[in-house]
This record gives sequence, C-alpha cells and structure tokens, in this order.
Amino acid sequence: MSKRTVNFKMYRYDPDKDEKPYMQDISVELEPSDKKLLDALVRLKSVDDTLSFRRSCREGVCGSDAMNINGKNGLACLTDIDSLPQPIVLRPLPGLPVIRDLIVDMTQFFKQYHSIKPYLVNNEPAPERERLQSPEDREELNGLYECILCACCSTSCPSFWWNPDKFVGPAGLLAAYRFLADTRDEATTERLDNLEDPYRLFRCHSIMNCVDVCPKSLNPTRAIGKIKDMMVARAV
Amino acid sequence: MNVAKRTFDAVIVGAGGAGLRAALQLSEAGLKTAVLTKVFPTRSHTVAAQGGVAASLGNSTEDNWHWHMYDTVKGSDWLGDQDAIEFMCRKANEVVVELEHYGMPFDRTDNGKIYQRPFGGHSQNYGQSPVSRSCAAADRTGHAMLHALYQRNVRANTQFFVEWNALDLIRDADGDVLGVTAIEMETGEVSIFHAKATIFATGGAGRIFHSSTNAFINTGDGLGMAARAGVPLEDMEFWQFHPTGVFGAGVLITEGVRGEGGILRNASGERFMERYAPNLKDLASRDVVSRSMVTEINEGRGCGPDKDHVLLDITHLSPETIMKRLPGIREISIQFAGVDPIKAPIPVVPTAHYQMGGIPTNFKGQVVAPKDGNPNAPISGFYAAGECACASVHGANRLGTNSLLDLLVFGKSAGESVVEDLRSGNLGLKPLPADAADMSLARLARLEGQTNGESVFDVGLEMRRTMQKHAGVFRFDQLLKEGVAAILQVAERAKRTEIKDKSKVWNTARTEALELDNLIEVAKATMISAEARKESRGAHVRDDAPDTAEFPNGRNDKEWLKHTLWYSEGNRLDYKPVTIQPLSQDVEPIALAKRTY
Repeated sequence: MSKRTVNFKMYRYDPDKDEKPYMQDISVELEPSDKKLLDALVRLKSVDDTLSFRRSCREGVCGSDAMNINGKNGLACLTDIDSLPQPIVLRPLPGLPVIRDLIVDMTQFFKQYHSIKPYLVNNEPAPERERLQSPEDREELNGLYECILCACCSTSCPSFWWNPDKFVGPAGLLAAYRFLADTRDEATTERLDNLEDPYRLFRCHSIMNCVDVCPKSLNPTRAIGKIKDMMVARAV
Repeated sequence: MNVAKRTFDAVIVGAGGAGLRAALQLSEAGLKTAVLTKVFPTRSHTVAAQGGVAASLGNSTEDNWHWHMYDTVKGSDWLGDQDAIEFMCRKANEVVVELEHYGMPFDRTDNGKIYQRPFGGHSQNYGQSPVSRSCAAADRTGHAMLHALYQRNVRANTQFFVEWNALDLIRDADGDVLGVTAIEMETGEVSIFHAKATIFATGGAGRIFHSSTNAFINTGDGLGMAARAGVPLEDMEFWQFHPTGVFGAGVLITEGVRGEGGILRNASGERFMERYAPNLKDLASRDVVSRSMVTEINEGRGCGPDKDHVLLDITHLSPETIMKRLPGIREISIQFAGVDPIKAPIPVVPTAHYQMGGIPTNFKGQVVAPKDGNPNAPISGFYAAGECACASVHGANRLGTNSLLDLLVFGKSAGESVVEDLRSGNLGLKPLPADAADMSLARLARLEGQTNGESVFDVGLEMRRTMQKHAGVFRFDQLLKEGVAAILQVAERAKRTEIKDKSKVWNTARTEALELDNLIEVAKATMISAEARKESRGAHVRDDAPDTAEFPNGRNDKEWLKHTLWYSEGNRLDYKPVTIQPLSQDVEPIALAKRTY
C-alpha cells in the first residue's frame, strides 16, 4: 500500500495554556505499516509531541485507548484507519471530565466499579485444593469476565451521563453480574441489596448503546436484565 | 522545584501481576503500603498473557514438581539457579490454588478441577512426553489473573497511586535503598516516596526491539532506575523471541495454540519441527522453535511472496475447540492478520517477547549484588519480582507459562520477605540523604531546558532498529561488535533528547523521553553482555560458537556456566557462579547434559 494522508478534526485542550477546548484540523502522512487508528495517532505524535492520549497493549486487551471516533466510542488500536470516513473526528470519551486532549478523568467510572464489590466473596475456610466448579457453571462467566474496563460502554450511556454518581453504569453492572453468576460466590443477597435502589440498577432503560460500542462484543444489557430477574425472583 | 515527601512502610513500583501479588501480602499484613503505577493496574502488560500458568496439579495427566523442575532447568540451558527453580516449582500448586480462591475464572475439567493444557518444553518423566501443566482461562489467562489480583487488592484496601511515574531509586551512603522519586502525570509534580522497603515490579523492556510482542509501556523503568543507582543487571544478553508473533504486527499468538494441536508449516506445507525436535516437535522449547523457523526462512522455505514468515495451522481443529479454547486468538488473527484461523493458517514470525535477565535477586525476592567477596549480598531495603527481576529461574531460556508462575511465586515471596524483615526489626526508616531528589530534578531540568536536541521518536527508532539488527534470534560476532559501537552512539544521542511539549499536565512527551532513558540502559546492557559471552546457550546463539563434539550446541560450560553482571558505570562486566545446588539438601541437582527435544 502506498503512502497516504489522513485528516483529523481533533479535540485539543491543555489546561496549562488553553482557556478552553478547541477542534484542530490536523493531518499526517502514514507509513504503509500503519493500519490501525492508534498507529496513526502514534505517527501524529512523532510530528507533534504535544498530542496526548493513553495507550499501552495496542491489541485490545488493556483498555487504555478508548475514545470517541467519528461520534462512536471505540478502541483506537482495534479500529482500521482505512475504514473511517475523513476527516476523522476524535474526541475524548463523553461524559467524563477532560484532563487533557483525549485523556479523561476516570475516577467516577472506577468508583462505580468499586462500589459493586468486584471480588469473590466466600467465607468458607479455603480448601487445600481448588474449589470445584463444573464446566457448565464456569460457562456462565463467559461474556462477563472478559471486560477490559475501557469505559466505552458507560460513557455511551445517557443514564450514566445524567447520573454518574448514582447509576452504576453498564461496566460496573456487568461486573456485578459476573460475581452473582459465579457458583463460588456466597454474597448474592448482599450484592442484590447493594443494587436495590431507584438509581444504581434501575436507571438502565435498555437502550443498548453499551452493547453497540463494546470492543469485546460483550452484552451488559443482558447481564443487567439477569440482575433484574434475580431481583424479581427474590421479591416473590 | 518543591518536592513533597510521603512516608510508608513499603513502596511497590508497578501494579502488574508481581506488584499486585506483593501488594496483597503487605496490605493483608496491615503495612502502610504505596503502590505506584504508571497505568491503571488492569492495564499492566500481564493482561496480555494468554496461554496459562504452570503448576504440576496433575489434573489431567500425571505430574509432579520434580518433573517441572527438570524441565525448567533444562529449558534454562542450565543457567537457571536450581535453588530458586526448586522453590518456584514446589510453590506452584499453592499460588495457583490461591488464585483460584481469589476468584480467578479458570477453565474446568469435566470433574470441576482447573483445566490444564500442554505447553512447550513441559514434559512427563524427565523429557519423555508432553504433559498438561498449563492452567488456563481460555486464551486470556493473563487478563483473568490480573483482574483477579486487582480485585483481591480492592478487597484488601491497597493504596494505589495511579498514573505516577517512578523516576529514580534513592540510596544512601551505605548503599541502602530508601524509596523512589516519582512524578504525578496529572500535575507534573515530583514527590519522594520514603519507605523502609522498596519492591520493584516494573516488568520487562521488550520495547528495545523493533519487532516486539510487548506493550508500549514495557520500557524497563525498574532496570533503568536500578542501573543508574549502581545496581548491576544480570544475564541481559538472554532475550526470548516468541515463535509466533503475528507477521507484520508483532501481536502475540499464544503457544497454547500449539498446545491445543496447532502445527507450524513452511512454504511446502511441511511440518518442519519434526526435523528439528523429533520428540516434542511443535512443543519444543521456544528458543529451539524460533531458531528452526528462522532457519526455514533463511534457507528459502518461508511463506508468502517474500518467503519471510511461516504458517501456524489450526484448520484441522474443530471450530468448537477454537471458539472454546482459543477465542481471543481468533479475534487477534482476524484483527491483525486478516485471517480467520478456522479457515486459513496464521502468518507468524519470531518476535521479541521476554527478558530472561534483570535485577539480580535471590529466591526470597531480595535484590543482591557482589559485596566484600559475597557475589549475592542483599541490598538492604530493596526487593524485586517478576520480569524486571532475575532470580534466576529462566536462565538462558524461559519456558512458556513459567512467567505467570514467576510473578506469583516471587511477588508473594518478595512481599513475605518485606513483612518478615520489618517484623524482625532488620529494616527501619533511615534518614533521607539531602540529595535524595537531585538526580531526578536534574534529569527533568535538562529535558525542560534542552534546545537544538534530538527527537525522542527518532532516537527510539534508531535504538530499536539497532537492537533488532545486531542482537536478534541468531547472533554474529561481527554484528555484535558493530552493535556495541552503534548502541553507545545512540546512548549519546539520548542524552540530548528535546521535547516541544512543556505542559505540566499529562505530558506524555516527557514520559516517553524519561522512558527512553530507561530503555537505553537495557539496550546497552543487552548488547554489551551479548558481545562478551563467547558461547551459545539457550536464546543466545552465536555463529562463532557452533555445535561441536567438545561444545554440544555451542555451549561451553567450562568457561561460561556463569551469570553476567553489567554495571552502567563504565559499562563494566562482572560474573558470578550459577547456583547448582537446589534449596533442599535431599534434592539432587539436575546434571548438565546436552539439550535436545
């Protein structure tokens, strides 16, 4: 593939020098080996080192480089650059405070994740060997444990935008169900009590933006539905 | 510049598998602990490990730790220290079972136990036949492990300093370690983390190479800090090239693919590993498989229009097996190779993957260096674990799944050592020297004021190309000599890096410049140690040390059965003996032998 130029409309903001954010028209010439959006951003940064974004694994497992790409949240490292209409409009994830350029403050997102007690609770004395779990029971965790905490889902969810302090959001609720679904976990009652509230769980109105954007093809809406089913089941 | 001081019992640098495992030990013991990490913990590179963690649980095939120890010593080409290897293999079941108790979602056997798959170089009965020793969560074992460890730390209320970059190690006039300096990304402010104990768990430096499976963050920060503070780096000539990086992209394809039955093929479709390793074939040790692949390519049997890669074939496996056991690999192949492995083989090439060397430690995770005639004298207050450390369990070549085991065992043991050393009163809070932050502040000031300097990107590229060309899968005397001169030139350029970004807030240009300082230390250590070692052993294979009757596989135990120690100051080399005696008096050492698979 020959050399090609890509054009961006890039959200820029450096609180150290900018009074307010602005959109910058910027373009960069790519090398033939540059295939993903992240490759283009790294190329761009080699020309303008002030452009700031998070990145690490460049293979879609660390969750660092989530951003809003032409209006839709996704991971830069899993997005084919040639599939994107130009100019490519890049913004930070919506709904979270911007620190600088494409870097958002994820405190609120992680606070909600932590609020669901994201760890296995089993107060039985630990056996000498592994706790047994049938392959069928283990399969219940598929589609739940693979979350990479990139926040694409929660920051595409209007309920999370309006109530980021009260609504757990799709990522946190997916994690909540990951432990509810684990046969080794004993805290089902406490976990459901923790979500029994007008906001924490029930602000999900199943509009499924989370499913649409998840770079790991997970389905938080289905997990939330299952938690709601468990709530109903224990109420009757 | 104003430098804040913070005081802790212990500071841990790095929140990957080793750092998180160590942190658990300290938090659960009630110690005041700070964990510094330049990325949110679950973004650490442990997340990218795929195939599994070794433990002789024997859940599907008979197994025991003696066999695992034999495989690891043999895999290391006898450069591993047998006391540390015994310790690791004996501890494996305990730390893996603990992880299961923390909630790790291992795959399961039909009777509900942890699922285990075969892996390269792991065998039953001292090399006789493959064994299922790799405990796996599909092909996302590292992800599942890192999240489980982070989650357990949430439960233990561990205090994290997220998106802080450690800058330099603080040592006093006695050489004791008193903590680190660090810069907060969000504010650009420098702090001193003053502590009784400092644990480095900063991971590897695979980014010294142009073609690497490693994340951007794998820049050897702990190694750079240690080297600048006068601590030697051990066995840095030994780098693992993973046989199966995606051709062109470098992204890892787990050895677990071959564990599940995948086959490497050359241009004529031949299963060429049968010629190189008649017994274990595609599941021979990684250095052996990588060299075989490069030999196929060099002799014109490579695939594609330029005959520059080979193929990893799993089309004979059922789609159900692939979807169940290797779902992540299928995604990666589609994303980065444009190939659905259910239908077509994956183009692969050996790719820089893991650093066997590192900061020298003993099996307790204490950092050691020669002093007063003792080659392994502990440095008071300093501990290290995981890929940044060299215990040494991997020696000249690491077996797949032993890295995740290493970080569990030695993360835990470093944590236990700190708890023990604090309780016994061996460690106190020594007063900070007046110049504790001077080196870091000088580095930052130099970067801030540099004009007419070098681009960080350009110097980094030159470093990566130099390492790739001069210190690759096969090594040549002449190329190594030229490589030493070339990398020293790059190191001179790195002293004059200049950044345009002067912002205090989230200045990633500054971060990358500081990371380059660390990478350069690792690159120098690698090239200089490699040039000096005039034999072939494990992953270090030279053209002028071929396979002969006197020196099988080119290995020269008479002169080179010893660990390299490289000191940054003056690029000085020293050597120390390999520990042959296992930890327990009643365990026989694994006797030296020619390595064949």
